[in-house]
Amino acid sequence: MEIIVCIKQVPETTEVKINPDTNTLIREGIKSIINPFDMYAIEEGLRLKERFGGRVRVISMGPPQAESALREAISMGCDEAILLSDRAFAGSDTWATSFVLASAIKKMGSFDIILCGKQASDGDTAQVGPGISSHLDIPQVTYVKKIESIDNGISRVERMTEEGYEVIELPLPALFTVVKEINEPRIPSLRGMMKARSAKITLWGIGEIGIESAAVGLSGSPTRVVRIFTPPPRKGGQIFHGETSEVVDRLVQLVKDEI
Amino acid sequence: MSIKVLIDKCTGCNLCVKSCPFGAIRIINKKAVIELSQCTLCGACVTACKLAAIKLDKPATELAGNDKIPKIDDYNGIWVFAEQKKGKVQPVVFELLSKARELAERLSTEVSAVLLGYQLDDEAQNLIWQGADKVYIVDNERLINFQDEPYTNILTALIKKYRPQIVLSGATSIGRSLISRVAIKIHTGLTADCTGLDIDPEKKILLQTRPAFGGNIMATIITPNHRPQMATVRHKVFPANPPDKDRKGKIIREEIEDGHIVSRARLLDIVEELESTVNLTEADIIVSGGRGMGDGKNFALLEELAKVLNAAVGASRAAVDAGWMPYSHQVGQTGRTVCPKIYIACGISGQIQHLVGMQSSKVIIAINKDADAPIFKIATYGIVGDLFEIVPALTKRFKEILKSSNES
Repeated sequence: MEIIVCIKQVPETTEVKINPDTNTLIREGIKSIINPFDMYAIEEGLRLKERFGGRVRVISMGPPQAESALREAISMGCDEAILLSDRAFAGSDTWATSFVLASAIKKMGSFDIILCGKQASDGDTAQVGPGISSHLDIPQVTYVKKIESIDNGISRVERMTEEGYEVIELPLPALFTVVKEINEPRIPSLRGMMKARSAKITLWGIGEIGIESAAVGLSGSPTRVVRIFTPPPRKGGQIFHGETSEVVDRLVQLVKDEI
Repeated sequence: MSIKVLIDKCTGCNLCVKSCPFGAIRIINKKAVIELSQCTLCGACVTACKLAAIKLDKPATELAGNDKIPKIDDYNGIWVFAEQKKGKVQPVVFELLSKARELAERLSTEVSAVLLGYQLDDEAQNLIWQGADKVYIVDNERLINFQDEPYTNILTALIKKYRPQIVLSGATSIGRSLISRVAIKIHTGLTADCTGLDIDPEKKILLQTRPAFGGNIMATIITPNHRPQMATVRHKVFPANPPDKDRKGKIIREEIEDGHIVSRARLLDIVEELESTVNLTEADIIVSGGRGMGDGKNFALLEELAKVLNAAVGASRAAVDAGWMPYSHQVGQTGRTVCPKIYIACGISGQIQHLVGMQSSKVIIAINKDADAPIFKIATYGIVGDLFEIVPALTKRFKEILKSSNES
């Protein structure tokens, strides 16, 4: 089974600040990690390989430093890693990002399953996974919490919804975005870490992928960010101490009109 | 493609310099000069220039192949995707219709709802009462439940046919899957999970404001040169108008091609786990428990309070990881993002990962025995004390109040 996992490197914390002079995010001094949801995608890829054989290839679009995220994926057990990095990618929105990833995947040859985290913890859009499957014109299931079975090229999965879950059957190749409930990501083994250190990370830019620079980056992005700002911090309000019956009475009086 | 500065219009105001993400523009002799070796022809300066002094010529066809791209002015009207489940239009749709009405006034245009499903005539009428001028309805037994592919094909075809300037959908699990796919097919911009929508008074374009980094940063995003402008919108951010049964509108039945209804994926079963409680994302009130609950069985206390308030029960990651509550109840970064009228946090210390999932709630009530818990820094009202005493007392008091108000 050919499995491709798409990952993104994100800042470890969501508590980021804006530089007021340049109106850009301050990223210096903040550690980078693999997007937490992508860890579940990597783990699920490895589990599918353990169940059905094959190989797991991991790809990421990002700056040259994103290589460290790919090495971490290899240390967990992924077989190969490709970094999609090119100055032309800068400023890509979800349309352009999913176009780059989909184009690279086409270049990677045949595949059975593409796995993505349900969303990234920095942008929170949840749009790139479905964007990739739309570009590739393959079926998708989002918010997958379980891959029940794969039999004769037909997969059966559970998709988390607001009320519970759906059971969906679909042919491969397909793309799944996964939620936390699907598994518990493994800790890299010592051997894995040794392997990751010397692993070759393939680097692809627009030339290798075979796409036009006008189709990616800001020029390939239909959306524009016109303003970023820090929301006014939510202030603390009234704090009550004291006798339970008294504080409960006061609180209920204050909020009863909202109910 | 080429870009040039129209020297007679340029006043050297510097706005384009600030807007250029690549530092490719300088002001020389009070006129903007674009360094072409650095320019990526992104068009940010064109949008920024108030005097239309920068001209960007794009080829008529880009990636979309040889389809003739219609002009922006050919797109009119605001569409709301009327998500339905089990034949019932979802509450977020009514919130979007009332917001869409407000936006439509400012654009002097009309509001339409798009309803895909089976035997939904009553719901179509309801959409008109809730603010739609037109309802496009695709009625087919095979559309009874949401499936990515047929819904994508049909919505894409309808958008191409009618060319709305704005398309809105709830940022639900269905909306976020479907609209992402549609935006790629149409080749237009999509902004996820918006909490603010406005119209730029001069350019008449949609200003879409959304949280990123778990709400620590807000970004306003536009789709300047592609249509429609598409956005998914968070639940509970905009109030819904009450239905107006005198409102008149038009119901338009759409025929679809057989090919559009084909789905490679097959829905086998829908399992409802939260039947006994209220859907977390749609709840007006959420009672949530954390590590301070001490044990899974203590969540019964929260369930009693939730029952009185017709609320949903949530949980922090700590409570879910301890196995006290199922993951579907988890609020926070790795769980759900919620925005109720009242969020009652019981025994939740308020780690940032939890706060990002609930800090846009209108009223936050925190109950915690630790007076230094970070949750108190953002709570509208906080009670420092033992939740095992306070929660039952709250339940009792709310029950009395609601009973007397029902009787009066």
